Amino acid sequence: MANYTLTTPLTSEDTKKLVAGDTVLLNGTIFTARDAAHKRLVDLIEAGEELPFDLEGSIIYFVGPTPPKPGDPIGSAGPTTSYRMDSYSPTMLKNGSKGMIGKGKRNQAVKDACMDYDGIYFGATGGAGALLGKQITSAEVIAYPELGPEAVRKITVKDFPVTVVNDTKGNDIYQIGRAQYEVKS
Amino acid sequence: MREIEFDVVVKAVRDMIMHCGTDLPQDTYDALEAAMEAEKSPVSKEVIRQILENANIAKDEKRPLCQDTGLAVFFVNVGDEVKIKGGLLRDAINKGTEEGYTDGYLRASTCEPFSRANLKDTVGYNLPAIIHFDIVAGDKIDIEYAAKGGGSENVSRARVFPPAAGKDGIVEYVKEVISDAGGNPCPPITVGVGIGGTFEKACISSKHALFRDLETTNEDPEMAELEARMLTEINNLGIGAMGMGGTKTALAVHIESNPCHIASLPVSVNVQCHSSRHTHITI
Repeated sequence: MANYTLTTPLTSEDTKKLVAGDTVLLNGTIFTARDAAHKRLVDLIEAGEELPFDLEGSIIYFVGPTPPKPGDPIGSAGPTTSYRMDSYSPTMLKNGSKGMIGKGKRNQAVKDACMDYDGIYFGATGGAGALLGKQITSAEVIAYPELGPEAVRKITVKDFPVTVVNDTKGNDIYQIGRAQYEVKS
Repeated sequence: MREIEFDVVVKAVRDMIMHCGTDLPQDTYDALEAAMEAEKSPVSKEVIRQILENANIAKDEKRPLCQDTGLAVFFVNVGDEVKIKGGLLRDAINKGTEEGYTDGYLRASTCEPFSRANLKDTVGYNLPAIIHFDIVAGDKIDIEYAAKGGGSENVSRARVFPPAAGKDGIVEYVKEVISDAGGNPCPPITVGVGIGGTFEKACISSKHALFRDLETTNEDPEMAELEARMLTEINNLGIGAMGMGGTKTALAVHIESNPCHIASLPVSVNVQCHSSRHTHITI
């Protein structure tokens, strides 16, 4: 398992070398969205309308942060459970997005979309919101402020630690890891 | 009759919520350290290391441990010789909850079920709290509090079995629930199992079981043995920390058992993530 440092936006060249289980330190701009924001973004795509940010090479982080304390760019900001975005992620990948950050398993449609469009599903450590929030150096709400914690934010990350869960070849670290340590009765 | 000022309760609740948001309980921290030592998978070991580092940062810098600061859940034992002066106990707990979540910069995660509208502007900040009251003898109020996150709550389940299911049926069910959940509820988890009672009694018991100190053993030897059996079976699933594969999927299984109807064997499995934010105070 290899370690990489990558800067957004990502290209197919970046994503195709990653293998499930690799660790990556992400740098640059990423965008946050949870279920409610995904529904609106996918509705815009299907209506052929302009999105609030450029999807090409983008990474979407599934997170609803706590309110920032005065002087901080953002509060605690760990990943939320990703399956709630399963019905939206293939459309996002098909339209240029190259990666997602969340926690927990994805369905086959998302894994297939990762293979079809050179996408990566990264896992960040759930419940490590204080640690992960500190790796975010700026944050700005760029769409849907009425959604509160679920608004779309443009954030800048520095050495944000993630693990490759689903790669472009169809590998899944959750299945590989579990098979390795399962004790059959 | 002892009188307790409304505002005393408000402040006590506010303070416990803010403390819980940033300070992982010592029993959980110690159990995670032990799990890191014992974990055989290097990937899961690294995940637990990050979880412990996160706990240290949160405590030192007073940052929320997790962005999901939960719904506020309370178990309140009210002494029969206590009177709240200046208002209702329920209102005091809700007011303390609102102040704790606001002053602690904790996320308001309560919303209307179908519109999904955040209720901040209508009924308050992360309100209403979920409160389970009981009346006990004495002149004190004992308040247990947990910040219960959505990820682990979403994988929790309940089912009423026929009595013939027995212990084997319950163990299989607990395994099935945890196996299906995989990494979603943020393992290493604690598993609360409510057995017996009625449908809702089993659910509430499974929640309350999560408040028990991780270093304790069930006082009922039969239940202690069942807990140990379930823990082994769960850890044999190989799920590991955050589902990455490993030997430490659960830190503990806690059972609360109740007498039940001759026709039923209700079982509830309530899952708690590794960020097990709970505490209790006595006023």
